[in-house]
Amino acid sequence: MDQSLRELYQEVILDHSRHPRHFGKLEHATNTAQGYNPLCGDRVTVYLIVGNDDRIADIKFEGKGCAISQASASLMTDMIVGRTVAEAEKLMGGFLELVKGENVVDLNDDDRERLDVMAGVSAFPMRVKCATLAWHTMKSALEGGGTAKTE
Amino acid sequence: MTAQTKFRTAFNPAAARKDFQILSRSVYGKPLVYLDNAASAQKPRQVLDAMDDFAVSEYANVHRGVHYLSATATERYEAARETVRKFLNAESSGEIVFTKGGTEAINLVAYSYAMPRIEAGDEIVLTVMEHHSNIVPWHFLRERQGAVLRWVDVRDDGSLDLDSLASMIGPKTKLVAVTHISNVLGTVNPIKEIVARAHAKGVPVLVDGCQGAVHETVDVRDQDVDFYAVTAHKLYGPTGIGALYAKKAHLKAMRPFNGGGEMINEVTRDMVTYADPPARFEAGTPPIIESVGLAAALDYVNSFDRAAVKAHEHDLLAYAREGVRQFNWLRVIGDAPGKAAILSFEAEGMHAHDLATILDREGLAVRAGHHCAQPLMERFGVASTTRASFALYNTRAEVDVMIEALAKARKILG
Repeated sequence: MDQSLRELYQEVILDHSRHPRHFGKLEHATNTAQGYNPLCGDRVTVYLIVGNDDRIADIKFEGKGCAISQASASLMTDMIVGRTVAEAEKLMGGFLELVKGENVVDLNDDDRERLDVMAGVSAFPMRVKCATLAWHTMKSALEGGGTAKTE
Repeated sequence: MTAQTKFRTAFNPAAARKDFQILSRSVYGKPLVYLDNAASAQKPRQVLDAMDDFAVSEYANVHRGVHYLSATATERYEAARETVRKFLNAESSGEIVFTKGGTEAINLVAYSYAMPRIEAGDEIVLTVMEHHSNIVPWHFLRERQGAVLRWVDVRDDGSLDLDSLASMIGPKTKLVAVTHISNVLGTVNPIKEIVARAHAKGVPVLVDGCQGAVHETVDVRDQDVDFYAVTAHKLYGPTGIGALYAKKAHLKAMRPFNGGGEMINEVTRDMVTYADPPARFEAGTPPIIESVGLAAALDYVNSFDRAAVKAHEHDLLAYAREGVRQFNWLRVIGDAPGKAAILSFEAEGMHAHDLATILDREGLAVRAGHHCAQPLMERFGVASTTRASFALYNTRAEVDVMIEALAKARKILG
């Protein structure tokens, strides 16, 4: 098999997409946003509970999409729960650099290692928007909601 | 039929492939298998040469200059119009308006024909299998003028229920807008009957022929359509040009939609009068080089026995349909009798974009997504499909590559 495909659809990714973590609706969410990719019609909704300490106490997502978008959303929810809003946004910055194949400047080794399963996306420029949809939606929710679009 | 005539009318895809240099390239080290023809077809050398030769030795603006080249270019442009007329069997070349594509052709009808004739509550009948280009212009009329869109459903096999369509046409119906061939399902709609049913109630019919003109022989007089929209780039021609056929009486009664040069009779500070159709609808410098390319593309298509080409495409479709039957995880969407060579499917547990990404790495260009037909996706309860669409240059060997690649994708994602 093509090496870049092997990297893109590695077991961790497929596992996340088949058994997404934090999947479903979150009652009493403080922040919510919808994400939409008009090119493929994929949709995602991200629910967050942000505490007074600015910490993300809980997060869930629901929606339909490709393996990449589902895995990315699942991994994101796994990684940002418990972080402060600022930390989540910083993580997102690193993630965007990673999937676009740019130099990742500001991630600690542990985060870098966990996000690295998504690095294969950088070899598929047409699929970057799939990987980033949930993240943009999360950011939009933190900024007060609305609809995030990737295209 | 003697064996000899049979031989002469047979279509040889291997020979035709030689006209398309791009088909001999590879992607990711694999031979390109181009199955995205319903999105856009590749261009044969004959089309590229015709445009190149024209640009190199005969190009100038049309309808303006008195100089030699302007006259030559105008002749070529008008000759292209005549070629389109013949291709559609229109009565006069004055019924052929050049546009920038199929979308603009439909928008022209929406703005210039329908808009002034629509009042709040008036109805436009369309089918759920329409491409967005034959939906959104009608939404404009809904949003801006209170038009009501009435949707004709399709059967589970993707065919249109003619009686249901006819029953939608009422006293308030101002237009029926229907595609000749669905770009997703491949369904070939019975245009002649649809038109007869609509005309019986005094309602004109617009046909989106962007796929239809590729796979079927069009005869606008026999079908008695009021409007027929075509685009060049799916017909082995260039991008940037298409055409609208409209009955002369309609064109004469239509006000222009774009204003500018070349479409006027006289302009003063206080008034303007318009040129006769088709010039009235061709404001600005038209796609001149592309018109030569479009004519060359139609000549190219006509250089083959079209029935033999159709038989070849149908053979590819049947072969592919049979090939995917072994995959119990794959559901074909659109199985109408006599459908054109377009195969859309949904794969269980595999998103169309993941599937298309894996096929891509095998050299296969297929389409994944909603194919600009979201109401149809909704009708079949899917967000997206994967679509293989065939052209005259495709082969059974390429279908084999697709079947193998599908099996591989299943292994990776399944």
